[in-house]
Amino acid sequence: MSHSSIERFKTVTDRNVLALQEAKQAGVKVVGQYCIYSPLEMALAAGAVPVSLCGTKNDSIFSAESILPRSLCPLIKSSFGFALEDSCPYLAASDIVVADTTCDGKKKMFELLAERKPMFMLQLPQIQNAPALEYWKEQYESLMRHFEQLFGVVIGEKELRSAIAKANRFRRALKSVLDLARKKPSPLSGMELMEIAHRASFVPDWDKAAELLEDIAREVGASNESPFSASAPRVLLTGVPVGLGSHKVVKLLEDCGASVVCLDNCSCYKKVRLMIDESADPLTALASRYLDMPCAVMSPNPNRYAYLEELASEFRADAVVDLTWQGCQTYDVESWSVKKFVREKLHLPFLQIVTDYSPADTEQLKVRAEAFLEMLR
Amino acid sequence: MPVAGVDVGSVAAKAVILNERTKAVLAHALVPTGWNPRQAGEDALNRACSLAGVERASLTRIVGTGYGRIALPFADKSVTEITCHALGAVHLFPRTGVVLDIGGQDSKAIAVDADGSVQDFVMNDKCAAGTGRFLQVLSGILGMDVRALDEAAACGKPAEISSMCAVFAETEIVGLLAQGAKPEDVAAGVFRSLARRMVSLSRRIACRGECTFTGGLASLPAFVRCLSSELGVAVNVAEQPQNTGALGAALIAAR
Ligand code: SF4
Ligand code: SF4
Repeated sequence: MSHSSIERFKTVTDRNVLALQEAKQAGVKVVGQYCIYSPLEMALAAGAVPVSLCGTKNDSIFSAESILPRSLCPLIKSSFGFALEDSCPYLAASDIVVADTTCDGKKKMFELLAERKPMFMLQLPQIQNAPALEYWKEQYESLMRHFEQLFGVVIGEKELRSAIAKANRFRRALKSVLDLARKKPSPLSGMELMEIAHRASFVPDWDKAAELLEDIAREVGASNESPFSASAPRVLLTGVPVGLGSHKVVKLLEDCGASVVCLDNCSCYKKVRLMIDESADPLTALASRYLDMPCAVMSPNPNRYAYLEELASEFRADAVVDLTWQGCQTYDVESWSVKKFVREKLHLPFLQIVTDYSPADTEQLKVRAEAFLEMLR
Repeated sequence: MPVAGVDVGSVAAKAVILNERTKAVLAHALVPTGWNPRQAGEDALNRACSLAGVERASLTRIVGTGYGRIALPFADKSVTEITCHALGAVHLFPRTGVVLDIGGQDSKAIAVDADGSVQDFVMNDKCAAGTGRFLQVLSGILGMDVRALDEAAACGKPAEISSMCAVFAETEIVGLLAQGAKPEDVAAGVFRSLARRMVSLSRRIACRGECTFTGGLASLPAFVRCLSSELGVAVNVAEQPQNTGALGAALIAAR
């Protein structure tokens, strides 16, 4: 990362934990959130700071396995391990944790987490239709009431609207950075895109984060440099969330010569597709946009395919790699249909990679990644 | 001018020397990998050179493949075994549409085009289930080498083996033997479950055309019979099926 705007962004985000602690000392409340279905706007409207808690580190898995089954997905184990060890500063700083009933492993883990942390569970429907939306809106309403009581605030339309505007500005800014990779060759590597999205999800000051991201989009957008040659195969990475610490497949693909141009997952591009309608009734706009998110826990999950088709063409992808965390049944089963769709409808080569956070299978994965890229030449 | 392909697998290192223009095989050699993949690759190449009667220095190009491909300092290029097996198999059997390979530590099913390029592939997951490793476990328990296992399996009635995990299967096999199961039935049972595993792996890719079986296990007649009966089609097997990867590497060197 040689751009000065990126350096500045890194310097500021290096201080994320400190800044959060300072804000806390000044009386700001912190809301920890796991999945993409938890509305960031609700915390913002309550005057609190939302932070992302999904576990992306291998280190905490060992302690989690003292309680959770080893065969569980590493993301769930990593998240829970942090709670057991009390080793995640963001979780420690959270006054309350908001979680959704997404996959089975996660919701059962949240039951255990509730013994250690104050929590609010959003009961997520598994289908995206009108009755589900009504129900989901009610869930958001109860969350709103809960925040009002807990934080002693009143959340009205005005607060919701300004929270939506704030979150939208942040998303637009992050999107403009992630969209830089549409250029051929991409000015940013997949590792950089991943790291920027990861760091941005912990900045307590949302306007500041948006400013920094806007600067990156401006500076990098104006430069003609790229870490890749024009012939580097462009990979669209889809599937499970990836962050700093769980980035091994992104790194592996790029070490083997690919350019990961888009990460279609909860930790990266799915976040920025969540633009909320600022003119509609705020609660309805929030509930409907969030419920639309394509996670494999939805059944059926039609938006996954619609998004893939759009992203593959917008980012001019040469191939699709579907990442599945070992033990994740929903994404693992869905991979079969995604493969069919990618090969038959998008006419692109497809590879599923099933792995966990540990480096143990690096050599085996390397064979798959290299062979896949050889196939593209 | 001669070129070479060297395939360093987890069990054996293979080398094939080709005539660059005619693509005729001048010689091939195989040595056990042992603990030093670099040395094994070196030895296999030297042996193949002396069998072919060519000087190492006269090789215009050397391509390495297999899990030890990065450990070969003399290789001009390294290519994965997926790409090499596909090319080698189509060179030997031009109507190949699917290549199945059971290696020492992983198994693969590869869909190929008429020119030998890879269309799609799948590999077994992390553990040793469904790999050659599984047979090594069996041969350890029964005290028979792989050839003897094949002869035994040829006249056995397949015992039911439910676990494909190399570790659990060991317990299961020991248990079966303790209950008085005949070694040949156990061997036949292990063959069948290994073959079934391979069949389900291959069903994950779109299969058309002929099926070519590569790798060391393809030189076991009873296993080949078992695999083709589980697949429901005949499979092509080369004379030296374990050399297919090295042949593919040599073909790339000859390009
Ligand atoms: S993929 Fe689904 S379960 Fe996993 S973090 Fe995203 S929303 Fe949550
Ligand atoms: S990766 Fe799969 S198993 Fe893990 S939390 Fe997400 S949906 Fe659940």
